[in-house]
Amino acid sequence: MLIRPKPDLTYADITPRSVYFNRREVLRAMGIAGVGLAGGKILSSLAFPGQTALATSKLSGLVKSPFSTTEKPNSIEDVTHYNNYYEFGTDKSDPAKKSQNFRTSPWSVSVEGEVAKPRKFSMDEILKLAPLEERIYRHRCVERWSIVVPWIGFSLSTLAKLVEPTSKAQYVAFQTFFDPTQMPEAKYGGIDFPYVEGLRLDEAMHPLTMLCVGMYGETLPNQDGAPVRIVVPWKYGYKSIKSIVKIRFQQKEPPTTWNRYSSEEYGFYSNVNPAVDHPRWSQATERRLGEIFRRNTLLFNGYGDQVASLYNGMDLKKYH
Amino acid sequence: MRAILSSKWTKVAVFVFCLVPFLVLVGRTLRGQLGANPVEFLQHATGDWTLRFLIFTLSITPLRKLLRLPELIRFRRMLGLFAFFYVCLHFITYIGPDQSFSLTGMWQDIAKRRFITVGFLGFLLLIPLAVTSTAGWIRRLGGKRWQALHRAIYVAAVCGVIHYYWLVKSDVREPLFYGAIVAILLLWRLGDWLIKRGKRAPAQVAAAGIS
Repeated sequence: MLIRPKPDLTYADITPRSVYFNRREVLRAMGIAGVGLAGGKILSSLAFPGQTALATSKLSGLVKSPFSTTEKPNSIEDVTHYNNYYEFGTDKSDPAKKSQNFRTSPWSVSVEGEVAKPRKFSMDEILKLAPLEERIYRHRCVERWSIVVPWIGFSLSTLAKLVEPTSKAQYVAFQTFFDPTQMPEAKYGGIDFPYVEGLRLDEAMHPLTMLCVGMYGETLPNQDGAPVRIVVPWKYGYKSIKSIVKIRFQQKEPPTTWNRYSSEEYGFYSNVNPAVDHPRWSQATERRLGEIFRRNTLLFNGYGDQVASLYNGMDLKKYH
Repeated sequence: MRAILSSKWTKVAVFVFCLVPFLVLVGRTLRGQLGANPVEFLQHATGDWTLRFLIFTLSITPLRKLLRLPELIRFRRMLGLFAFFYVCLHFITYIGPDQSFSLTGMWQDIAKRRFITVGFLGFLLLIPLAVTSTAGWIRRLGGKRWQALHRAIYVAAVCGVIHYYWLVKSDVREPLFYGAIVAILLLWRLGDWLIKRGKRAPAQVAAAGIS
């Protein structure tokens, strides 16, 4: 049985967890402000939460997914303090610190291109499109580290079917939000912005491909791609594009950020493959965060049973 | 100033300062403060300190000449040996957690990955310099030959910078920063050598060296 999330609250109504946990301080600060005393310190501590405070809020009515791995998820501390999000800095500890004031509300995702019914989805609409599922996926970065994350969301195909892609739609292009004033670190990233990614239509419509709105039972933290991202578990992490504002169905293969930076090193497909090395390092092994020694990397990150048929007859080295 | 530099205690103080990065790393390791990827943290930290100590070592000669403080030479060997100490730790983090102590795996990696190749070359070059750093070895080799051998540190420092440059994905600011410092230190030597050569008679040029 599927339980739908209650429709009477909107995304903007959700109280961020940090405010919820500090509610007494909030009330006190309000009282102090009301009688005209100096509440500046408390107010500023609320406006600029510390590094570990996550402005996330609980998601309810989650459904378990048969796609989940039985492997143990990494700690939320690891997953929120070891991020590649170059708009907020290139060091893995940067996004946690520098994305805290990123504004993710209001937010909408424009779905356009070769579709019969192009439209904009608000975050509230996205959250109500389908029952929210918790899917525990392996996530493998091209830099040879991996994590296990309990993502929350549903198959991207659910959204795609609503806009009715036409027969001309062969590929799907995604675009990350970009604002240099909110993302001043981006200019040092060495890559072009806005960040763009793409999938072949059949990859995008594959049930494993996820439109993700949360993790660990809550909405996404800013550094992990709030408020909505894509998760493609059989491809290197950079294909799982964060904070998306545009989804475009099109006939031609779209350009993708890392491929544009170095096509030899980062292919359009970027399927996890221990037999196809990055020119500068082997992809045969990976380090799972929390482990000392490396473990063997699995073809398609262990999702071969579900996705290998997408690539029948393709030379995976050529189309890396 | 010169009295301070000549003091025995200054040498002890410099030694302790050189150990601080190591002690900080040990402390963080014991308290579990190495972040989500502790192995990578240690690899990067020990790599950074290797490059920094190579730069400190290479700075001694320009500084002692520019500042006219010949006493600075007293610290050069110690700084160089600390560079070697940190590169050994760096190598251990590679052969251990990365290669599971497998020599065959390591050789394959060195042969195939240019960033590993160049990093390993830099490491190899520093071994004879550490071994021959004693007064006994200077005597045995003779000053000229010893000096010629120890110019290998120029190559090792360049290897270190290239190793770092080839490691990063797209943000090359830090490797270029280290590269610029190494370039300045080496170009200063080239300039110094050219000036000296210009001042000397042609017959003496062949014997002149770069210190």
